[in-house]
Amino acid sequence: MGIRFVLLVNKQGQTRLAQYYAEHLTLDERRALEGEIVRKCLARTEQQCSFVEHRNYKIVYRRYASLFFLVGVDNDEQMEYTYCGSFTHGRSKQFSSVIAYVAMGAVVDVIAYVNELAILEFIHLFVETMDRHFGNVCELDIMFHLEKAHFMLEEMVMNGCIVETSKSNILAPIQLMEKAS
Amino acid sequence: MNPFSSGTRLRDMIKAIRACKTAAEERAVVRKECAAIRSSISENDQDYSHRNIAKLMFIHMLGYPTHFGQMECLKLIASAGFPEKRIGYLGLMLLLDERQEVLMLVTNSLKQDLGHTNQYIVGLALCALGNICSAEMARDLAPEVERLLLTRDPNIKKKAALCSIRIIRKVPDLAENFSSPATSLLKEKHHGVLIAGVQLCTDLCKVSEDASNHLRKNCTEGLVRILKDICNSPYAPEYDIAGITDPFLHIRVLRLLRMLGHGDADTSEYINDILAQVASKTESNKNAGNAILYECVETIMGIEATSGLRVLAINILGRFLSNRDNNIRYVALNMLMKAISVDSQAVQRHRTTILECVKDSDASIRKRALELVFLLVNDTNAKPLTKELIDYLEVSDQDFKGDLTSKICSIIEKFSQEKKWYIDQMVKVLSLAGNYVKDNVWHALIVAISNAPDLQGYSVRSLYKAFQLSSEQVSLVQVTIWCIGEYGEMLVNNVGVLQVEEPMTVTESDAVDVLESCLTHHSTDITTQSMCLIALLKLSSRFPPSSGRVKEIITTHIGSVVLELQQRAIEFNSIIQRHQNIKSSLVERMPVLDESTFISKRAGSSQANISTEKSNQQLPSGASLKLSNGVAKPAASPLVDLLDLSLDDTPVPTSTSNDFLHDLLDVGLTNSSSSGVASASGTDILMDLLSIGTPVQSNTTPENGSSIKAKPNTATVQVVDLLDGLASNGSHPGAQSPVHPSITAYQSSTLKITFSFTKQPDKPQVTQIHATFMNLSSEAYTDFIFQAAVPKFIQLHLDPANSNHLPASGNGRITQTFTITNTQHGQKPLAMRIRIAYKVSNQERLEQGQINNFPPGL
Repeated sequence: MGIRFVLLVNKQGQTRLAQYYAEHLTLDERRALEGEIVRKCLARTEQQCSFVEHRNYKIVYRRYASLFFLVGVDNDEQMEYTYCGSFTHGRSKQFSSVIAYVAMGAVVDVIAYVNELAILEFIHLFVETMDRHFGNVCELDIMFHLEKAHFMLEEMVMNGCIVETSKSNILAPIQLMEKAS
Repeated sequence: MNPFSSGTRLRDMIKAIRACKTAAEERAVVRKECAAIRSSISENDQDYSHRNIAKLMFIHMLGYPTHFGQMECLKLIASAGFPEKRIGYLGLMLLLDERQEVLMLVTNSLKQDLGHTNQYIVGLALCALGNICSAEMARDLAPEVERLLLTRDPNIKKKAALCSIRIIRKVPDLAENFSSPATSLLKEKHHGVLIAGVQLCTDLCKVSEDASNHLRKNCTEGLVRILKDICNSPYAPEYDIAGITDPFLHIRVLRLLRMLGHGDADTSEYINDILAQVASKTESNKNAGNAILYECVETIMGIEATSGLRVLAINILGRFLSNRDNNIRYVALNMLMKAISVDSQAVQRHRTTILECVKDSDASIRKRALELVFLLVNDTNAKPLTKELIDYLEVSDQDFKGDLTSKICSIIEKFSQEKKWYIDQMVKVLSLAGNYVKDNVWHALIVAISNAPDLQGYSVRSLYKAFQLSSEQVSLVQVTIWCIGEYGEMLVNNVGVLQVEEPMTVTESDAVDVLESCLTHHSTDITTQSMCLIALLKLSSRFPPSSGRVKEIITTHIGSVVLELQQRAIEFNSIIQRHQNIKSSLVERMPVLDESTFISKRAGSSQANISTEKSNQQLPSGASLKLSNGVAKPAASPLVDLLDLSLDDTPVPTSTSNDFLHDLLDVGLTNSSSSGVASASGTDILMDLLSIGTPVQSNTTPENGSSIKAKPNTATVQVVDLLDGLASNGSHPGAQSPVHPSITAYQSSTLKITFSFTKQPDKPQVTQIHATFMNLSSEAYTDFIFQAAVPKFIQLHLDPANSNHLPASGNGRITQTFTITNTQHGQKPLAMRIRIAYKVSNQERLEQGQINNFPPGL
């Protein structure tokens, strides 16, 4: 699904959880990026849509009380390299290769986009999962149990792709660990 | 125990940080904590290492450096207990990334954990590997992951599948090893495994065509069944979202079906039914349902669907577009943009709604809608759409005006069929949002006006009127100044009044008033002031009665603190005082600016394309600016840019006499007679005194100044826009050689590729590239295949190569031609990635590279 980062930010713009996937940013770049995004998203009203384009990301965000959940995904328009097959030698093969070229070229086109509505749904699932674990989750829960929030996220998303969508499956290893300790 | 040691718990540290009132206090607290953690680490304090990493995670999140904790993570990973490993891996994923060399140290621990008997530990290792593995680690550990794909535990399987995605992305060669285990994942029942398996298959399709053919044959049926099952499944509490079972899996499967069905009629037909079912049965009152419908529409558009299905999809989009929820409208706009290529007629039907979205209060929606409208414009609806957009420009938000203006300008330029309409619209845009108009846009307007002798009077009058109403818009002011300077007498004498015009009286002193007010206005920049001065100079010759006043105004600037203005003022003053005899020829009207040159320059080529007689004739059909030329231009004699006096360029062969004259004004004055035409008439070329981008041509016969008389000019100067600061060289049309030098695109020890370029002058975006491949090794290559990839804004078409056999040691060549269309020509340079596959004594080889050394201007 091409999730590039998941950010949790409170109303004051302080980061409460940050996880980047396949994204190499230095500390300064990260701070700058987070600052820009937060300023952009927090300024929007409730009625406006939940999608904001920023740099080469599309940010899907949702607000829960004082917490903003921001998920950055690939923006369609970023440079997407398209490999298309070449067709060598012989006129007889030319025709079929043209088809292959058209097909391959557009396949990447078809993939390069992200379902924004599904990301919204994913945010909600993440919140519900935390809710089930902490019971009425609030900002402090996430701060004081940062590692647990990360464990949950880790069970849900790997390398930017969604792994698991069942709340009990997500929470099972965490509950086991709590029992053990 | 160390008194500094991490006595504070995580909770206390967070409280301390939150209690900080200023950033400086926070830094102090973090520094203290970091010091404590460091000393705890150096004392090898096992009890606190768990807590230390948790703290470091928090500190890292706040944006402080935490590199000293990396080794601690590795230690924790190597320890035996699950909780230690857990936090260790988490720290690893957060604090490290694949660039750091420390990562190499972890490979061994990972390998051990991948073989661990405890499933949770295996899961941890897989997760870490999936998030951070580098290409080297991928090669080392791929066999382990492959093995884990075949275990029975679903939790391990799903993670192994996602881990494989990362491995394939890092090392595409490994893809074939994964394609059969991936297929078997699709037979599972566990949703986590299915979703991960489907994603793995999607990625396999991306990297290898073999894999996608394999999947198309073996998996389509299975995927359809999965989709059917989840569509029709009874209530499943675990996966239920708003009455729909696992929308995420729905979406994933739909996406893979799209890849498989794309360009394949049989598969498309096979999945037609299930898509119709999903599209018609899914509830659209909740977000989850809409997400599925959205994905389903995308799939229908992406495959070779039947027309009935397409109608269904377009209808869903229509429903989305009229939804009150902004999120839904946003995705509808997004989707319609893609639907245009499939069925533009259907999208046109929603034009009014889309236009409403351009005026939405939400910036994201506005932006999407504007881009969509831009795609919707065609010859028939250009006029009403432009009117709507310009009307909106008046009331739109300040921060949206930039985008909106540039889009309106491109629409006007692209779709103007008549010059008057073009000028009218541009004047409107300039007066509403002149501050947002880019320089090259108003330069184009000036070129157009100069090419329309019957509209010059009209233009200067409408600009004058517009200026009276909005004098704050920089580019409107500049165009007005230029036009008053050039065509001032048409303004005053009402030359060439069109029927639609309201009569108006402007006196000579009114015109001078305009210039004076611009010159003295506090917000005017230097360029504008310089333009005012030259316009005044010109008026002093056109309106002899006002010349006294003009002289006065110019004199006031002799003491200007700005060097540029002072110099001009002094120079002009001396022209007025001492050089009355040459003044009238100095301030002659500008020659007709050559449109084709301007267009090709504007298209960004650093070397001006030569407009031959032929391409001049093609201009109305081929060029982007469709304006009828008022002046028929016979052969154009290109002239070396006079101000660019580096004469290392080939001198113009056509000009028989070329004398450059520098007078006290730094004016390059040359006399070139064009021998390209039989009836050669001498032409005085007077380069612009102001270097504001508009060279002057005047005829040797001083009385030949009016627009009517300017027409018979047989020689036209290839005008070069000086503002662009680009050197231009003119070469004779007959001696047309490739303008762009050949490059060595790629060279390794075994292979050399050279590119040479040809361009058609009337299509600056299109470049033909002739690639020549040379084998530098001592063995012949067989099955030689060249592949190229380009960014999205470029279109690439490859022609077949002349052979697939490349003899050894440069004894033969393969040549291949391809055509590239740079849709953002002039804005973005070409870039290309290449991949060459061939066989040496039946062993496959692959070379890859990126080409960044394309000559500029392609």
